[in-house]
Amino acid sequence: MTELLQINGLDVDFPTRRGTVHAARGVSLTVKPGEVVGLVGESGAGKSTIGNAIIDLLEAPGIVSAGSILFEGEELRGRTEDQMRRIRGDRIGMIFQDPQTSLNPLMTVGAQLVETIEKTTDLTGAKAEGRAVELLEQVGISEAKARLQAYPHQFSGGMRQRVVIALALAGDPDLIIADEPTTALDVSIQAQILDLIKRLCRERDLGVIIVTHDIGVIANIADRVVVMYRGEVVETGDVAQILGDPQHEYTKSLIAAVPRADRKLERFSSVDYIEGGTQPFERIDIQTHWLGQSRDHRGTAKAIEVNNLDLSFVLQKALLKRNRKMLQAVDNVSFTVTEGETFGLVGESGSGKSTVARLIAGLYRPDGGTIRVLSQDVSSKPSSAAAREARRALQMIFQDPYSSLNARMRVLDIVAEPIRFYKLAENETETRRIVGDLLNHVGLGAQAALRYPHEFSGGQRQRISIARALASRPRILICDEPTSALDVSVQATILNLLKDLQQELGLTMLFISHDLPVVRQMCDRIAVMRHGALCEVSDAEQLFNAPEHEYSRHLLDLMPRMDLLKEAPA
Amino acid sequence: MSLDRPQDRPMTRWERMKDNDIVWSFLHSPGAIIAASITLIAILACVFAPLIAPFDPFDPAQISLWDGKLPPAWIEGGQPQYPLGTDNQGRDMLSTILYGGRLSILVGAAAVCLGMVLGVTLGVISGYVGGVTDAVIMRIADVQLTIPGILLAILINGIGRAFLPIEVRDDFAVYVVIIAIGLTDWPQFARVTRGATMVEANKEYVQAARIIGLPGWLIMMRHILPNTLRPVLVIATIGLALAIIAEATLSFLGQGIPPTTPSLGTLIRVGNEYLFSGLWWITFFPAIALVVLVFAVNLLGDWMRDALNPKLR
Amino acid sequence: MFFFILKRLAQSVLVMAIVSAVSFSLFNFVGDPVNNMVGQDATREQRIEIRQQLGLDDPILTQYTRFLGNMLQGDFGLSYRIKRPVDQLILERLPATLELVFVSAIIALVVGITLGVYTGIRRKSWISRSILSVSLVGVSLPTFIIGIALIYIFAVHLRWLPSSGRSGAIELGWWKTSLLSVDGWRAIILPAITLSLFQLTLILRLVRAEMLEVMQTDFIKFARARGLSERAINFRHALRNTLVPVITIIGLNIGGLIAFSVITETVFQWPGTGLMFIQAVDFVDVPIMAAYLVFVALLFVLINLVVDILYFVVDPRIRLGE
Repeated sequence: MTELLQINGLDVDFPTRRGTVHAARGVSLTVKPGEVVGLVGESGAGKSTIGNAIIDLLEAPGIVSAGSILFEGEELRGRTEDQMRRIRGDRIGMIFQDPQTSLNPLMTVGAQLVETIEKTTDLTGAKAEGRAVELLEQVGISEAKARLQAYPHQFSGGMRQRVVIALALAGDPDLIIADEPTTALDVSIQAQILDLIKRLCRERDLGVIIVTHDIGVIANIADRVVVMYRGEVVETGDVAQILGDPQHEYTKSLIAAVPRADRKLERFSSVDYIEGGTQPFERIDIQTHWLGQSRDHRGTAKAIEVNNLDLSFVLQKALLKRNRKMLQAVDNVSFTVTEGETFGLVGESGSGKSTVARLIAGLYRPDGGTIRVLSQDVSSKPSSAAAREARRALQMIFQDPYSSLNARMRVLDIVAEPIRFYKLAENETETRRIVGDLLNHVGLGAQAALRYPHEFSGGQRQRISIARALASRPRILICDEPTSALDVSVQATILNLLKDLQQELGLTMLFISHDLPVVRQMCDRIAVMRHGALCEVSDAEQLFNAPEHEYSRHLLDLMPRMDLLKEAPA
Repeated sequence: MSLDRPQDRPMTRWERMKDNDIVWSFLHSPGAIIAASITLIAILACVFAPLIAPFDPFDPAQISLWDGKLPPAWIEGGQPQYPLGTDNQGRDMLSTILYGGRLSILVGAAAVCLGMVLGVTLGVISGYVGGVTDAVIMRIADVQLTIPGILLAILINGIGRAFLPIEVRDDFAVYVVIIAIGLTDWPQFARVTRGATMVEANKEYVQAARIIGLPGWLIMMRHILPNTLRPVLVIATIGLALAIIAEATLSFLGQGIPPTTPSLGTLIRVGNEYLFSGLWWITFFPAIALVVLVFAVNLLGDWMRDALNPKLR
Repeated sequence: MFFFILKRLAQSVLVMAIVSAVSFSLFNFVGDPVNNMVGQDATREQRIEIRQQLGLDDPILTQYTRFLGNMLQGDFGLSYRIKRPVDQLILERLPATLELVFVSAIIALVVGITLGVYTGIRRKSWISRSILSVSLVGVSLPTFIIGIALIYIFAVHLRWLPSSGRSGAIELGWWKTSLLSVDGWRAIILPAITLSLFQLTLILRLVRAEMLEVMQTDFIKFARARGLSERAINFRHALRNTLVPVITIIGLNIGGLIAFSVITETVFQWPGTGLMFIQAVDFVDVPIMAAYLVFVALLFVLINLVVDILYFVVDPRIRLGE
């Protein structure tokens, strides 16, 4: 028998008061030694549940209700807690998503390693410490001996994830389950961690299960792929086949929704397998509708002008100015967005791209430099009537669909707020009609108006946010990572909606994202940011084909290679 | 995993209430139901004390010293018209307890309301405006928290009484106590509200409201305040229990409600003097009434804290 | 570390300055100090003379500076009622209060933390459930009712222990202690239990809540996934991480003990500073009220300082900088 792990017909149930949720139904998969199996699916697919079920650490009230889990030929179901404890760490290692929270903040890294080594092996004392140093070296941490005395908060995010991996390896396990191991990390670090996992897998002949939502991760590391949808495995195959020639309808939709980095498409291919996605609602005729009015006064060529923008945050307070630790969040940034174009702002986390967006939106005040919106200076006198009037033409869509809507207000009141506040409608009847039209137009349906935000999924909430932004009849829309919290299939529909709106209404769009393929699909021109400063501003196609700045090239190199992807119909 | 089911029609208000996790948790927690019932009964009994109580303890015509110090009805020497016995002045214990409880609840609730209004207002302003305003408000709260609440209440109460001429001291005692306890309560509310406000103010829906151009006061009132009320509600419930205890403590120390219109604390203080001579019921019944009342409110607050904390659910 | 402590010290000084200003204003706004010094029948000239002696006609700032100067030397003037220096009165009664608070704090901490950890670990056992239910009763019992009940049971009914006072205290120089004789312990045990019970239940509930909170964290889940023993998870990982919030609250609670000692001392007629304070409030004896206020604030500030230093010891994130 060559299978390291063999799962057959696994059912996992979560009994709740609203009935039993079947998190996994009839799941079967196998893992061989030295093989990386990618377990891929969108939120709610039940992929993390499988990992937790294997080591019997399901969150309450989850239970494995049927099926078998054979590990090295032995059944893992029905073991006592003591028996499972000897398997966890010793024979099956686990890596979690967020290295910030996976380590005990009050214990040194060395102590946590030694404690795990002493538990999983016969080594004790100085020998265990020696082994800890070896492990840290193996996961690529330099000066390992000295770093044993360090606490987790003294490591960077990527380094912490290396420590987590070292801990998972401490018992010399045969199988590693990595649950979204790179999701919380920056792109450049993601690649390193994935390489490390792959190298360890090959060197030690480990079986690895990578649980992820990210097709890019799968393309980079997996040998075989298991695709899950709503608790069931819909397709299993090797990575080239799944990405290049998917069989199941869901997999086809999923793969088609992945934004392509290699060339620009007019629209994302429509994803029809996804429930609750696009629904055919009556769209309004922009020419005659309220939404299309008052947008005839075009003529200013420049929608947003930013000159020598500066902003720094105080990191550590001190009485004396020179002792303060400051972070130069935005450093002498200048660019111009012409009316009607989509302007992309890209960079890794901490590059200052969101800060620039918030400066333009007036949420922060700059330390220096000027911001002009529709030729009106909004930075020097932000509370003047003219500046406020200009700002009203500018609205913003946020990243987190869960915190961007007030949970205690009905959708009607959320969307109607700007209409009521600025008295943009004649009366309440008209307001309600407009809100209904807007909700129809963004593909949600007018009857959503009387519900509360928590009744909607992430993608639907993002549509509500868009409707709210439209209710101010804006001419400029700032989108701050509008889809990075969404599943890839939902992302495609939201991005299509934004494209449509932009064309219909002639909106100017400032599109902020860390996701280069998305940016390529959406933007006309792109600015690359790093450490608060602009690296280069280029036309989108030029940036992707012939980047000028060294950092741009670096970013492009880090994009997951997707050459396995099926040629999508253009 | 299809739990969030968007239905064809919006739920009615009643359906939404039943579907609400907190209501559900309430209906499935016997402790919470018992606590709520006791609290409700206690509040009703005290509000309607004049209707329920067999006697009016403040009406000299209904009090006879001959009936003084009678034990409860079931003990030898007790009389059936005084089920819980009488006190040293011949007042019916049951009636005085009902009237006393009424006063205790009233003072407690009024004090909590005062502290809450003050604290929540300052807390929201502090959290939303930030900067110097925040620093000043919070430093004051810090300094006040440096002195334990009950001590401060005694102090404020003592100073308040000292300002009043002796003749009217008793008449105004209730208000002085309310103000003393209310003023000691506000930092708790302010701190919690400030914390919640800062969390909410950083959320994107508040930023969206700012971008729409709503003025600060409207954002605070319409967006932030309703979202900070949950923790405030928990504190207010636990605060009510503490305020009732604080009032009882002040009165017990002789600093609070005067014996002419006794609260539960005053009754216990008066009864305590007769404890050694074996007249236990004059202390015992008011004490039990007080403890049951506070316990019920605490039980309610305890359940509420668990139910409103999504992490522990 | 040094700057951290320095910053805290600066804050403490600020707190003390405000508290001293408050207690200074007590002198000026509450009652007439002259009336309190002389009898009702004093002549106008006598009053004016005393006003001048006390410097009550000086500018308010001069008076405050003088008050501060005296305060720093421990001089709060004479008690209006007993006509003795306040600092002496407080020093005489300080040992009684401190010993009471000390014994209560030990009871509250030891029992509270032990039971809190137990109920946090054995969440589902019936013992934990009953401890929790009882603890809720504990939070609902006003201190004075506990005191009365204990007196009634152990002093009046069973006659095992004295009902009040501080008999059996032995003099060690100026410090009178109850802790060196059987009689002393018999006298202190009831008030100490009374005082500790409320704080004990608070600590118990807090430790349990923090344990539950920590148990939800990722690093506990990761520790489980490494197969560490329950013992290691509970004590090495969970308990240590509950310490930081617990230390804060315990700091506050010891302050609470000082506050509630006022009530306990009244119920048991325990001759400490709390009893003295309550009597002072009764008679509007401003010098004692003011001095007590400053004294309590000082104790609190000291406790908070110790708490801050403990943070340093416990949490490397503060010690080594984030």
